[in-house]
Amino acid sequence: MADRPKILLLDDDQDLLDLYKEILSQLPSRPEIFTSTNGPRALAMMDAEPFTVLVCDLNMPKMDGLQVLSIVRRKLPELRTVVLTSIIDEQFRSRVYGLGVDLYWQKPGTGEEIKQFLDCIESLLGREAHKGGFRGVQSKSLVDIIQLECLSQNSLVLKIINGPLEGRIWIQNGEVIDAATDELGSEEAFRRILSWRAGNFESLAPDPSRPRTIMNSYQGLLLETAQAADEAVVQKDGTTSFTKKSSSPLATLARYPGVEFILVLKPGADKKFDARGLENPQPVAEWGRNTLEQFRSLGDRLRAGPLHEMDGLGPQRHVSLAPYENRDFCVGWQHSLSSEQLGEAMKKLLTLWAS
Amino acid sequence: MGLLSFLFGKSADLLPLPSGSFTVDCDGRVLASTLPHSYPTAFAQDIATEVLTAFKAARDARIPLAEMMIRYSSLKLTARELRGGAIIFLTPQTLSSQTK
Repeated sequence: MADRPKILLLDDDQDLLDLYKEILSQLPSRPEIFTSTNGPRALAMMDAEPFTVLVCDLNMPKMDGLQVLSIVRRKLPELRTVVLTSIIDEQFRSRVYGLGVDLYWQKPGTGEEIKQFLDCIESLLGREAHKGGFRGVQSKSLVDIIQLECLSQNSLVLKIINGPLEGRIWIQNGEVIDAATDELGSEEAFRRILSWRAGNFESLAPDPSRPRTIMNSYQGLLLETAQAADEAVVQKDGTTSFTKKSSSPLATLARYPGVEFILVLKPGADKKFDARGLENPQPVAEWGRNTLEQFRSLGDRLRAGPLHEMDGLGPQRHVSLAPYENRDFCVGWQHSLSSEQLGEAMKKLLTLWAS
Repeated sequence: MGLLSFLFGKSADLLPLPSGSFTVDCDGRVLASTLPHSYPTAFAQDIATEVLTAFKAARDARIPLAEMMIRYSSLKLTARELRGGAIIFLTPQTLSSQTK
């Protein structure tokens, strides 16, 4: 019984604590579960006895989760930490990973999410601190991470997050067997994920039931991806007559699911723009530019802060307008998208543009 | 307080962002409102004018719209076209409303 791992749950909601306690106590490693409803008490408990994993909420009165985690990171560097929160803000996620937290989980809502969460906690409990190894926070390229996991013959699922974009790479016994993003799968998804400039990653529990769709070796995959990246640089420089395999970034965005047309409105008095998907883009470009200007000015008068986005729902199509990186974007969407999907899709599209 | 007022002046022009809704006719006249009394009618009128102009401009550009959501960092405007006029909802944005 002395070998049973110990989990400390920290959340200001007692009902949630009771629920998680019941769920986590069913894990195969039969952990002992302790609970605390506030940060100072949790810190006192961790001072009094060693724990294997701390599962912590972020939004709590008096001492919030970020404060607790920063103290824990300094005092107990070997303790595994998991953030379980309802806040799905990317800034929070980055700050939490910056503190060296092992996992950042949105509070699970479905049976499948609960199962994944339990698998991850069980996997963390399995990696006992006294077995040694170094832990820390460091920026590594995705290629380095994949090489490391494959060379170590590991089995895991890498979850990679780049703003609103999310991708997963399944690694089984040191081989990349599958990859997926929102709209792509297999090798295409793998290449897309590796093209992202930056982001966060999480190591999730392995999924041996995942069917293998990538037959190429990981060395081959990484080599092809590196070659594709080199070719892209050559194309941008224009220093060689290399035949273009991929189309322009705007054409890529125009193929994004749900997009009917897209306009990128450039700054300047000459009112230049690039367009895809419209026969006569001039009136739409003019409308987009004027409407954005009009609402920017209204925002200034109301002191409502900078304009983030304008979404319009129409009987034939929806449309989104958003300023991004010194340009204005006007995107026409299929009518089937809901207003919530519209905001989310626009965020992903702009992140794709940045990638 | 006296010293602070002297140093920073009075915050007469700082208004809390309003929460509520109002309806306007096709000429931009406010017909009914649940906005706080303290919120100047001129601001509601201003919002209505811009919203109605945007609806009309969208029709002219052949992208007719029935609803618009304008998201600022601290305020969200939702406008639905209503027989030439509009009903407009104002929702201040907080961290919790942005993360929902």
